[in-house]
Amino acid sequence: MPPSIEARQLTKRYGQFTALSGLDLSIQGTKCVGFLGPNGAGKTTTMKILTGLIRATKGTALINGVDVASDKKAALSSCATLIETPEIYPSLTPKEALSMLCEIRGVPRQDRNKRIDDALARVKMSEWADKKVGGFSKGMKQRVNVASTLLSDPEVIILDEPSSGLDPRGMSEVRDIVLSLRDRLVFMSSHLLAEVTEVCQEVALIDHGKLLVYDTIENVTAKFAGGGGAAEVGFAGNVDEQLRARVSKLPGVTSTTKSNDRHLIVKYDTAVLTQDKLLESVAGLKAGAITFSQASGLEDAYLSLIKETL
Amino acid sequence: MSREGSKAAVGSLAHVGIAAKYNFLNYFRARRFYVMLAIILIIAGLLTALVGYYRPPGFVDGGALGFYGAGWGSFASIVVVLSAAFFGGDAISGEFQNRTGYFLVPNPIRRSAIYVGKWLAALAASTIILAVFALAMLANGLFYFPGNVPWEFVESFAFAWVYLVAAMSLAFAFSSLFKSSSISVLMSVILLLFVFSVIDTVSSLVAGIEPWFSLTYGAGIVSNILNVPYPAAKTVTPFGPGGRFTVVSYNATVPEGLLILLVYLVVMAVLGLILFERKEFTS
Ligand SMILES: Nc1ncnc2c1ncn2[C@@H]1O[C@H](COP(=O)(O)OP(=O)(O)OP(=O)(O)O)[C@@H](O)[C@H]1O
Ligand SMILES: [Mg+2]
Repeated sequence: MPPSIEARQLTKRYGQFTALSGLDLSIQGTKCVGFLGPNGAGKTTTMKILTGLIRATKGTALINGVDVASDKKAALSSCATLIETPEIYPSLTPKEALSMLCEIRGVPRQDRNKRIDDALARVKMSEWADKKVGGFSKGMKQRVNVASTLLSDPEVIILDEPSSGLDPRGMSEVRDIVLSLRDRLVFMSSHLLAEVTEVCQEVALIDHGKLLVYDTIENVTAKFAGGGGAAEVGFAGNVDEQLRARVSKLPGVTSTTKSNDRHLIVKYDTAVLTQDKLLESVAGLKAGAITFSQASGLEDAYLSLIKETL
Repeated sequence: MSREGSKAAVGSLAHVGIAAKYNFLNYFRARRFYVMLAIILIIAGLLTALVGYYRPPGFVDGGALGFYGAGWGSFASIVVVLSAAFFGGDAISGEFQNRTGYFLVPNPIRRSAIYVGKWLAALAASTIILAVFALAMLANGLFYFPGNVPWEFVESFAFAWVYLVAAMSLAFAFSSLFKSSSISVLMSVILLLFVFSVIDTVSSLVAGIEPWFSLTYGAGIVSNILNVPYPAAKTVTPFGPGGRFTVVSYNATVPEGLLILLVYLVVMAVLGLILFERKEFTS
């Protein structure tokens, strides 16, 4: 049986507020699945239910076919997790903290030291292996947390924004680590669409606690990114409605979406416009455009699926 | 593709031991343990100095038994309460407030194994504190009454330890109930040091009811065992003009006291575990 993660009608309420509403998601096989959605969409909530940190109000979460709520120990028996930014007992060293997890997960005694050394080497923390975690920076702790998912050769790995708090090199190292885990099932939430595009084969997109789409990146891009081209234009000042209207009226432009205060995603008809022509006409507006970049297919699809944040 | 060969299923009993081991390591290295040890050594040092200098009659004139009653008997309960609250009061709430639970809980381990393991670690740390205090008292006792260690002192130590186990259960229940570590520690101290004593007094003095429902009433056996003969279960003292009023005071017998301690131990342990099982990592 291939490794699997399954959510059936998963619902989570906090008082009146519904954080997750009837989420159905079934992931199977060995691959990396990106979990996308705006802040507050319910990604962490889903992952906390999958790992037994919180309980669903309704519905079931299963890992490798075992209900997490009724038998977390069995459900997570071949699963490594990293949810938000865990803290480690401050007076333990990374080596001790990781050997605690090795023991819990049943890594044979004779393998432990090697596994721990390897894991710490992969997150570049070998030098700190015997220093107390209490004095570490946020990013150093997160590196140890990432190392903790590499100890026991798990079939399923659940990562909630694993590169949160990491420096640029750390982020790229996490990317390499996740790439090397493609022979398992990795379920990873992230806001870094470039990272997701690079390491994931599939994405699940949620918003307001509901699943919008779950498919391969190619299919999602083909379906939602629209056929034409897309570019992101950055302006020196804030983008107001007037400016957006001016850009929209340029010949060949099919739609414009604000991606944040100073950026517009501009979609255009490739039969009429090329990227260089679009750049020229945007510059011709003399509206203070200062950057211009090709939007990635996934980003484009994301922006067309998610119209607003919160 | 089978990865199962590289791992063996770990039993829950083994998990208890693992959780206990690393939590104890954490306690043993943390400042808190040494602060607690320092407090105990200061109390013991002060007692030693004051008794040595003033030779108060309550300590030295009542024989070895009187000495242990005045020293150990009066302070053992405070040591128990402080160390239970210090080590147990935030054991569970700390996992939530400090977010260490995010590292430990989402693993193939039952929450109950974590709970029991942490409970054992806290008990071990506080047993060391209690034993250090007992040794300090013993050293003093042997200085004034060489070669004379009353059996009642051994019994009293055993009772104090049972009280410690029960108080630890209660502190753990509180630490499962509250989200904030400081509140759960404070509540444990206030409850064990003041609230229960007030309940004892109000119940027996005002209502004239034996406070069999109070933990500290049961813990009275720790000091009472050092009184020979053992205090009467119920004493009625008349006072006022012509003895018109009476003051009633109660003392739990040893079996009653042990029963009260055991009931608290079990009820609070189960309650705390249920609370922890239901508690959510939401922040
Ligand atoms: N303890 C709580 N009480 C009330 N509401 C909560 C609680 N925890 C989470 N929520 C709400 O649930 C929703 C989903 O939160 P969640 O953390 O799952 O979002 P997310 O997708 O992980 O967002 P982000 O990208 O910012 O990490 C949010 O609107 C949040 O406000
Ligand atoms: Mg989140």
